[in-house]
Amino acid sequence: MDKQSLLDLLRHDARESVDDIARQLGADAEAVAAALDELEDDGVVRGYQAVVDWNRVDEEHVRAQVEVDVELDRETGYEEIATRIARFPEVATLRLVSGTYDFFIEVEGESMHAVSNFVSERIAPIPEVTKTVTHFVMDSYKEEGIELGDGDDDDRLSVSP
Amino acid sequence: MTFGDHLSDRVEQVPPSGIRRFFELAEEVDDVISLGVGEPDFSAPWAARTAAIDSLERGKTSYTSNRGMRELREAISERVTRYGQEYDPENEIIVTTGASEAVDLAFRAFVDAGDVVAIPQPSYISYTPGAIFAGGEPLPVPTHAEDEFKLTPEALEAAGADEADVLVLCYPNNPTGAVMTDEELADVADFVREHDLLVLSDEIYADLRYEDDHASIATHPGMRERTIVFNGFSKAYAMTGLRLGYAMGPPEAIDAMNKVHQYAMLSAPTTAQYAALEALRSCDDAVEEMRTEYDRRRRFVLARFDEMGLDCFEAKGAFYVFPEAPDGDDEAFAEGLLEEQNVALVPGSVFGAGGEGHLRVSYATSMRELREAMNRIEAYVSE
Repeated sequence: MDKQSLLDLLRHDARESVDDIARQLGADAEAVAAALDELEDDGVVRGYQAVVDWNRVDEEHVRAQVEVDVELDRETGYEEIATRIARFPEVATLRLVSGTYDFFIEVEGESMHAVSNFVSERIAPIPEVTKTVTHFVMDSYKEEGIELGDGDDDDRLSVSP
Repeated sequence: MTFGDHLSDRVEQVPPSGIRRFFELAEEVDDVISLGVGEPDFSAPWAARTAAIDSLERGKTSYTSNRGMRELREAISERVTRYGQEYDPENEIIVTTGASEAVDLAFRAFVDAGDVVAIPQPSYISYTPGAIFAGGEPLPVPTHAEDEFKLTPEALEAAGADEADVLVLCYPNNPTGAVMTDEELADVADFVREHDLLVLSDEIYADLRYEDDHASIATHPGMRERTIVFNGFSKAYAMTGLRLGYAMGPPEAIDAMNKVHQYAMLSAPTTAQYAALEALRSCDDAVEEMRTEYDRRRRFVLARFDEMGLDCFEAKGAFYVFPEAPDGDDEAFAEGLLEEQNVALVPGSVFGAGGEGHLRVSYATSMRELREAMNRIEAYVSE
């Protein structure tokens, strides 16, 4: 079982049934199921989620991208700070990045007020955090490689040479 | 007096296209899922599109050289070395308005009235009319499912192609998805040399082979001087609407085709030539991504047909499979499927001798639609 092909296919559409994956990879279903189990057990595949266009959902859903600067000391490294921040359920994504700040956080909440409160009351007070910059997401055009919006209609002729 | 009374014999000889008739049927059905489409469901790679846009912004809207932009011919020359083909961009390559124009130019340049044009079938629908429009006499050479629709010297012999003047090849094949190996082409090359035929080799699907590399008859000993190779950007680069193709052959052959081209078309669209140049320079990854996706769908479709008990040989090229219609009547099956399940396939008989009793199924459509279409075909088959 070529695991890279399996991963490519899951990244493309994680809802494919094991049988359909097997058909596409020319493998048998049992081998696919075993490879999937292995990828999950090894922690390579960590979960399966939908890519949501929140603009099309009635309930308010606010996201913000937060730049976080930290100051390290002998006792505390990035790992410790990250562990602490990652535990907050409001934090959807947390990455250590290179550049002008240290952590990139994506925060989700029901309102701008809730999100800004979270940043000011939960993130900013962490002793190692020296600065936060919050960018509210105003619109999103592409998520996880999938273009949002109406997409292109298939304008091909229904039968062609 | 009407034009109808004055149709040329050549036009009258050509019956209306069967694919056209089926298109009209499909158009009458709402919400049809079509597996009858002979073109990619992807858009041209963005880099190629931006090159076209950029050329327009810079006002590159004039004619190019009749043979096509020099740098495009150079890029084509470089590209085809991957198939073992070597052609001089100066005088052995001509850029055309789609590979279709290139095929038409070759018919007009090399077929005289009464010349016999051997056409392995089932085949792309334009070869037979093209031969007739040029005054030639098409000779169908049926190929068969049991040979995986490959052309053999025996099939050529049986059809009387030893008396032919020209042989048309199309591998990977539309509509069957058949491919031919280098060894199999060597056998055909022996026949061609022995009986002194010219070959028109349509290799538009060369980049869409799934299990091994493309092989061209033009690379066999003694074949380069008697073969014109056609290729283009429609299929591998998803650029059908940009209409850009090319032909390659010996200088005197390309000169002859250029003579027709310069009076009929002058030059291929300039904007499309810029898109094609960029496609060759920077879009290999995009082609590979599309090929990988087609390959997955191909396996899926073949597996589903196998599970529902429809005989289908393992098509290894282009983006078609060619299963047998369950009761052998391809037209009735396709019409019934369209009427009852809103799925459009193309009856194999549209593609000539040897296609009867089969169905062309294009998998150039999304997995979501493909999955639903196969469920509906299964429901129809099990009725």
